[in-house]
Amino acid sequence: MTILVFSEQDPTVNELLAKAREMAPVLGGKVIVMAYPGSPHPENFYKRGADRVIVPVSPALSTPVPLAESYAEMLHRACKELDPSVILIGSTKWGKEVAARLAGMLGCGCTLDCSSVALDANKNLVVERLVLGGNATSTEQFSAFPAIVTVPAKVIPCLPEAASPGGEVEKRPFEIPAARVVSLKVTKREVAGVKLDTAQVVVSLGRGVKAKEDIRIISELAKALKGELGCTRPIAADLKWLPKEHWVGLSGTKVKPKVYLAVGISGQIQHIAGMRDSSLIVAINKDKDAPIFKAADYGIIGDLYKVVPEIMTQLKTCR
Amino acid sequence: MVEIVVLAKATVDVQAVKIDADTNEPILKGVPMKVSDFDRNAMEEALRIKAKLGGKVRLVTAGPPEARDKMRELIAMGAEEAYLVTDPAFAMLDYAAVGKLLAAAVRKLGKIDLVLAGEASIDQYSGQMGPRVAGALGIPSLSYVRKLTPDKEAVVAEREMGELVEEYKVPYPVLVTVNKEMNEPRLPNMMQIIGASKKPITEWKAETLGVPATELAPRVKLLGLKGMVMKRKNILFADEPPAAAQKLVEALRKEGVLGGGQQ
Repeated sequence: MTILVFSEQDPTVNELLAKAREMAPVLGGKVIVMAYPGSPHPENFYKRGADRVIVPVSPALSTPVPLAESYAEMLHRACKELDPSVILIGSTKWGKEVAARLAGMLGCGCTLDCSSVALDANKNLVVERLVLGGNATSTEQFSAFPAIVTVPAKVIPCLPEAASPGGEVEKRPFEIPAARVVSLKVTKREVAGVKLDTAQVVVSLGRGVKAKEDIRIISELAKALKGELGCTRPIAADLKWLPKEHWVGLSGTKVKPKVYLAVGISGQIQHIAGMRDSSLIVAINKDKDAPIFKAADYGIIGDLYKVVPEIMTQLKTCR
Repeated sequence: MVEIVVLAKATVDVQAVKIDADTNEPILKGVPMKVSDFDRNAMEEALRIKAKLGGKVRLVTAGPPEARDKMRELIAMGAEEAYLVTDPAFAMLDYAAVGKLLAAAVRKLGKIDLVLAGEASIDQYSGQMGPRVAGALGIPSLSYVRKLTPDKEAVVAEREMGELVEEYKVPYPVLVTVNKEMNEPRLPNMMQIIGASKKPITEWKAETLGVPATELAPRVKLLGLKGMVMKRKNILFADEPPAAAQKLVEALRKEGVLGGGQQ
């Protein structure tokens, strides 16, 4: 009952190894890392719980941009040989693409973005993940192996580094046909200097703001509260009034500040899923029935264009 | 000529899902269904490609019999043929089973150049089905695509991966999953909606597709759903703006959160 671990991110491999180590004695098998060929120190995975570390070697795996097609093919071949029962993969966008393709090739079960992975008393693999737009957690049980599970970074704490010198890394050639997907170009996107995930105060705006110029009203409030500026999906993805780094939500950034101010935000489920871990939530909206108020500790029912300037005045007199 | 298949899903409208206060479970009974958001972008893109290069746009969905009506919207947009893969046990089918049925359906349609799908469905938001079907079909795929430039032999696809914008070229056949950034889906007019209600939707069962029942046994079973509980104070100020603002700032001061980044 081998457990296979794969991620293009070394820290994630270490985290997945901790989970694999926990499950290995129950399943009674070895923990094997299929290392990313770009990994600088695959031998270190021995110190984090690997029984075997294999570095796959193939021209198809050393393209300038790693291709999910080739990596799924490599893992498929590795699975044929090693016959793993559980395959743990790091849940990046790319990792999920690889995992899902591999699942299609193997015809096996696969759950992505799991927040919890465990074996129950009957050695069944049970996972949890968010569904229904972040409104619910589903608990799912695998009834057959192999099982593919992807877990995002920082979900599982990694094991402390063992002092043992580790073992030999096996370099293994794979004969993989060149991918049909060909990379033409990669450009680095200009990224706005926003640090939403670590911010203590986040002030976000939604469609209640009527014009792009009016964002200034909200950004000044953010500044007065020494916070970062956030926004909803329509503002970042549809209207493109702000760069995507400002987008708070299930598919944007998830935030957990001490205080989150939602200004002119109706409260779509996906937005709430991105901010509900905030310690305190404040909402300003002119619609008293807006769902955001159900998610808020404090709220003002009123027009943001009138309310925000009053808050600014109050903040000044407070000091 | 580009032969296109759009894979779509009818899902529950997640905005309409309420959590039962007693059991803490989401109430799914009676929740309206809708076409998953990104699937409309996939259909729009298919129709634009057809307008440019010619070809046929077929719609394939897998789901319970209720999915049939929801597909009318995509047919009204312009799909020429529609197929519903359904099974009496549909509620029990997992990703693996649905993936196999969809792959078998695409195979049955004969020569296909381009398979388009939403990058994820709004209810699950997993993003698994596209690459899974491509893997089962043994064709290349690209997920998360926001811009597609097709010609007669291949597509050029652009996607955003974190800080990187990647551009790829893939020859047909290929499966591409798309998101909202790709286009603005058209709204069908009255004539098109009426026309769509008359169009046949061919129903396929697992047997029609040659998928044996053993292949459909779930690899993953749902044990339960737990709603996210929102325990908040829900204190609302409905006063005139000056008074409301004063009360709010007062409350925030008492909560000790007005120190900003220094705290």
